[in-house]
Amino acid sequence: MTQTPGRRGFLLGGAVLGAGALVSACTSNEPAAQPGAAAPAAATTAAATGGNDQPGTQVTIGFSAPAADHGWIAAIAKNAEAAAKQYSDVVFKPVEPTNDINQQISAVESLIQAKVDVLVLLPNDGQQLNQVARQAMDAGIPVVNLDRVFPDKLSYRTWIGGDNYGMGVAAGHYIGKTLKEKGVSNPVIVEIQGIATLPLTQDRSKGFADALKGYGFSVTAKQDAQFTVESGTEVAANLLQAHKKIDAIWNHDDDQGIGVLAAIKEANRSEFIMVGGAGSANAMREIQSGSSVLAATVTYSPTMASSAIKLARLIAQGKGMSDLTENQVPQSITLASETVTKDNVATYLPLGFES
Amino acid sequence: MTEATPTSVARRPFLGRIGEVPHVGLVAALVLLAIVGLATRPENFATSSNLVSILALASTIGVITVGMTFVIIGGGIDLSVGAVMALSSVWATTLATQSYGPVVMILCAVLVGTGAGLVNGFLISYGRMVPFIATLAMLVAARGLAQRMSGQRTQLVQQANTAIVELSTTRVLGLPLLVYVFALVVALGWILLNRTTFGRRTYAVGGNPEAARLAGIDVRRHTMLLYGLSGLCCGIAAVLIMARTTTGSSTHGDLYELDAIAAVIIGGTLLSGGRGTIIGSILGLLIFTVITNLFILNGLNTSDQLIAKGLIIVVAVLMQRRGALTGT
Repeated sequence: MTQTPGRRGFLLGGAVLGAGALVSACTSNEPAAQPGAAAPAAATTAAATGGNDQPGTQVTIGFSAPAADHGWIAAIAKNAEAAAKQYSDVVFKPVEPTNDINQQISAVESLIQAKVDVLVLLPNDGQQLNQVARQAMDAGIPVVNLDRVFPDKLSYRTWIGGDNYGMGVAAGHYIGKTLKEKGVSNPVIVEIQGIATLPLTQDRSKGFADALKGYGFSVTAKQDAQFTVESGTEVAANLLQAHKKIDAIWNHDDDQGIGVLAAIKEANRSEFIMVGGAGSANAMREIQSGSSVLAATVTYSPTMASSAIKLARLIAQGKGMSDLTENQVPQSITLASETVTKDNVATYLPLGFES
Repeated sequence: MTEATPTSVARRPFLGRIGEVPHVGLVAALVLLAIVGLATRPENFATSSNLVSILALASTIGVITVGMTFVIIGGGIDLSVGAVMALSSVWATTLATQSYGPVVMILCAVLVGTGAGLVNGFLISYGRMVPFIATLAMLVAARGLAQRMSGQRTQLVQQANTAIVELSTTRVLGLPLLVYVFALVVALGWILLNRTTFGRRTYAVGGNPEAARLAGIDVRRHTMLLYGLSGLCCGIAAVLIMARTTTGSSTHGDLYELDAIAAVIIGGTLLSGGRGTIIGSILGLLIFTVITNLFILNGLNTSDQLIAKGLIIVVAVLMQRRGALTGT
């Protein structure tokens, strides 16, 4: 909950700055108002203040995401709803979250039939929901594709998501740098992945390996878990057995990381540093307290759902992003993966999601 | 009549033999796996810490397997074990429960598990539902309730209640406490099944419910108790998983029902009921756990591990079938 005001504050600040810039440059938001014929009044307010957060045309945003069986996905749904609530001009229309592809397809179909103005979709599987997203686009409903990408560019107006490869790179750099500074040669680096068959896991691993290569290091062993606490414990317990001395562990996911940390504690090991992934509030508290091996985590923040709702609203109202020069929202936005360490954890803690 | 007597006489030793053959096979399989372990990872496999780690891994699902063995010998099946364990772990880690301290948390987990099991049993014996359906309904409902209670979040065991986590971190004679809990459950289960009226009734009910009824056993009540027992085991398992992972979560125990049923079947218990042993089930489970351990020690991925487990189930059942055929 605490992350919303933080983010809102940030965006508002950005909007105000943007407004200042616009005013001083003697430009206005006029062109952005053109597509919506019914929005002249709103557009004038927007033009007057230059702020995109000013109320505009009433828009209905349809939202569909997988069922939350994981802190990250739970945070996605919560952030989306909280972001929508900020705006008096947004009607938020979520459908029952589900992990069944079939059900998600029919849920999206029902949103198309309800003629929402814009859709925000986090598909269970981009490939399998591509068809129905395309249907929405063909019916004139812009789709904001959240995180898991549709293979067909005709199926979405804008994509916003995290950078899995970049997450691996961030973790690799942190571990590489730390070990170099310690002067460790030939380090034992262990990687605990999420579900191995997912492309996102493969991207993360590739980024990790590529970044480590720059330091002349490589991954000694990697093993896949299931993104759940329990699988984290099981895999970590076995890996600790396989390697009597470890220098660094990168665990792809902080939720699963709770289990990994439990196994490490159980085995009474502390000779290595561990880096997490995603950026849960719990992981950040561990980093802050410094009581465990967890030294850092690389973000893949579910705040992207808040941003997706904001983008959807702007698209439906025909506005652009006030900090950018263009009149329309960009086609794709990739969030950077940021490294949270003890030094900067205080600024990230409000953005962390509860697992 | 004259022919019936010799067959039934001939049958008894044959039954006894069937009971033993899988055990020999199971022990041989474990030895084989140990040899593979020693050959591929000599420096890691036979270390005491690895063996402890295998036992600790086996503990949670081992406790569930004991309950499952009772249910299957009694002629039923319990598909809800994983979900009931998840629900118990979630219920015991809600902020409200946690405020009462570790003892209440443990009680809560055990009671929730037993309660869910008794509901299963009631639906099956008095509601006359097929066990497969009743426990399937419980699987879905318990998982849903767990998700609702936890708000689909992972609930951490709080600092004040770390006594629970100590079950997994405290070691006595080199073994974590939860391994002792596991051993105790196995021992009590064995005594209950082999040395008490309750155990004999379980075999009777599973073997031929009608005959059992005629012999004066309250079959319905007994069936209900069997599911309650399975639920109790799920509750204990929930305490162990809370200790190991320091959390309660609706994702705990996913597909545990399949692992537990597979372990029981490999262990030589008939799915149709009336025959089986706890030792067999535990050996079956250890085979699975050692395989997981071997795969991770050797850095192989989980998909191959699943294939291996599938093959083992098929081979084990085929061997038992062949044993039965050559016996007759």
